Amino acid sequence: MSAVTKHGPWALVGALGAAALAIVATTRGETVNALWVVVAAVCIYLIAYRYYSLFISSKVMRLDDSRPTPAHVHNDGLDYVPTNRNVLFGHHFAAIAGAGPLVGPVLAAQMGYLPGLLWILAGVVLAGAVQDFMVLFISMRRDGRSLGELIRAELGTIPGVIALFGTFMIMVILLAVLAMIVVKALAESPWGTFTVAATIPIAMLMGLYARYIRPGKVGEVSIIGFVLLMLAIVYGGNVAADPYWGPFFTYTGTQLCWLLIGYGFIASILPVWLLLAPRDYLSTFLKIGTIIGLALGIAYVAPHMQMPAVTKFVDGTGPVWAGSLFPFLFITIACGAVSGFHALISSGTTPKLIDRESDARFIGYGGMLMESFVAVMALVSASVIEPGIYFTMNAPAGLVGTTPETAAAAVTKLDPAFAITSEQIAQTAKDVGEHSIISRAGGAPTLAVGMAHIISSAIGGKTMMAFWYHFAILFEALFILTAVDAGTRAGRFMLQDLLGLVSPRFKDTSAWAPSILATALCVGAWGYFLYQGVTDPLGGIYTLWPLFGISNQMLAAVALTLATVVIFKMKRERYAFVTIIPTAWLCLCTLTAGWQKIFSADPKIGFLSHADRFSAAIAENKVLAPAKTMADMHKIVFNDRIDAALAVLFVGLVLAIAAFGIMACVKAYRADRWTALESGGPAAVPAE
Amino acid sequence: MALSSTELRDRLRTFSKCVCDGARLMVGQGDYEAYAAHIRKTHADQEPMSEREFFRNRENARFGVGNRSGFRCC
Repeated sequence: MSAVTKHGPWALVGALGAAALAIVATTRGETVNALWVVVAAVCIYLIAYRYYSLFISSKVMRLDDSRPTPAHVHNDGLDYVPTNRNVLFGHHFAAIAGAGPLVGPVLAAQMGYLPGLLWILAGVVLAGAVQDFMVLFISMRRDGRSLGELIRAELGTIPGVIALFGTFMIMVILLAVLAMIVVKALAESPWGTFTVAATIPIAMLMGLYARYIRPGKVGEVSIIGFVLLMLAIVYGGNVAADPYWGPFFTYTGTQLCWLLIGYGFIASILPVWLLLAPRDYLSTFLKIGTIIGLALGIAYVAPHMQMPAVTKFVDGTGPVWAGSLFPFLFITIACGAVSGFHALISSGTTPKLIDRESDARFIGYGGMLMESFVAVMALVSASVIEPGIYFTMNAPAGLVGTTPETAAAAVTKLDPAFAITSEQIAQTAKDVGEHSIISRAGGAPTLAVGMAHIISSAIGGKTMMAFWYHFAILFEALFILTAVDAGTRAGRFMLQDLLGLVSPRFKDTSAWAPSILATALCVGAWGYFLYQGVTDPLGGIYTLWPLFGISNQMLAAVALTLATVVIFKMKRERYAFVTIIPTAWLCLCTLTAGWQKIFSADPKIGFLSHADRFSAAIAENKVLAPAKTMADMHKIVFNDRIDAALAVLFVGLVLAIAAFGIMACVKAYRADRWTALESGGPAAVPAE
Repeated sequence: MALSSTELRDRLRTFSKCVCDGARLMVGQGDYEAYAAHIRKTHADQEPMSEREFFRNRENARFGVGNRSGFRCC
């Protein structure tokens, strides 16, 4: 085949992508159609998949379809099953896609859509998809073992324990942040709270049905659940308007926080078939359906981006989160560009189901590109609403107050370009069926308004907007609650592993007392950060999201370090730049961000300078806003120090793993032969 | 390329099976037929689990005791 017919069509795709990106990046003074953003993204994904992932699979990994995969070697019809690659792609994508790629880009939109878009695209191609693909490959060559086991085997026992501990900490922060998003979305929203609460009895009904009435009929039970869920949304409006039930389902953030903590504890000790599994069906199918629906909606409606390409907040003065573009944009958008959490999924069930080695490219690299596309859609959804509404919803209450008048004045003062009237704010709240949309940080409500805006333009018009808004809130809350439940269980087992290192009695996961204790510790850990975030006058997301971003990118750096070490051990070091570049970039971002969060003299960014400011005031017996009492003041100082300690921990963790990684690379480089620990070994690899 | 109606029907059937299998695997439920066939072929002395037992086995494998990777992503 001649080079023209082989590469010609791809050159056209590349040219189209470049043209679309040029339009998106250079248009000033008029709005850009969101379709250009989508076209640019899809073209870049196609080119990256066709060329870069092929390069990685043929040069770095040397995938070989004649090598039997774990699914064939250990085939048991259960955990290890050779699976059709399209089916497995769906499984893998459903496992990696969650709230992260939906929330990060929404928060990042405060700098305009362009910085976020460029990072999502560059990040996924060079870092995120590479990480997912490499970890999937490494695990696939090692009987589908987990990330912790892989690090222990290839880097050593101490890095293994460090990584296990790091994974537990990121899990705690993740659960706190996810729960926080739910709290922010449901606070003072009886309609939303009712529909989310209704998922519990609905799921239990489904659980009983699938357990005793028609076992195993997943499709049937999901349809029943879905219909009930839609009814809950439709009648949620009536419930909210009811003089008795409306106030009954109206909770403050703090009340919801306690409800969630209690829920997390109880849900994670209930039998899985009763609540977790059936709700997982609903959340998984709703998630996939909504993602497809959103994609169709954007393609059909072709909305215009109202947010400017770049806002003045790139200097770090934005109201949604503090910090300048570097490094904080790169940790705000984690999932969608690169997410360390995927390393856990890529070394979970997926590698045990791969039929042929070459399928790993489509599933690992391709799956992450798909997730990145979800992030791009979230960015589009946040950018098609009026910037004034965006900032009204995402700025902390301390800044915009609580009434449409104060919010309109405050947002207009932020930048006259975002000018908004109190009528517009009140009208938007009315359109989506909420009392107020002011200061509803956390991404979910903003995304829901954007999605309602897009989907209602396609189906139902303005009268359906409230329905779509609550549909979007429910869809996010549903899989966040599933994650909280499943995460608490997984965290409990991890904690038992860790405590088992000290006292072996903890290892027994079937014993009653250690299980309850570990569950309580796990819920207590994320509950602490959740409570801190909910009661934080700055709005919680402002403080917690950067910590989450740092911890997630840190885990990605750890996973990529493992990948680098394995490349060296395979004697493929001339191609190690594939993982060294993203590792170095992530280390740079997480370490700079961590450093600034600890030591920055700006109290808006640095935890310690914030603590100092408040303790100085305590010494003078003054109460600083937003604290109201002296006890508040002490609490703020204490929380700041905890957060700073956590940042220190994360920085230390990255440094330790990087040091172990470099040592392992040097050792592997000096060795005169292959030292990687693949099952089957190097003999199975063909000569180049 | 014209497809005969049988071919078309076969393709549709393969496609819908692929979608259904995919949807089931998304929630951790593998292919029972493939499992039963595998056991009958490789462990002729064993009786495969019933469909109901298989369902519960997979449910526990996804969410149950000892599973450290059952959590969903962010």
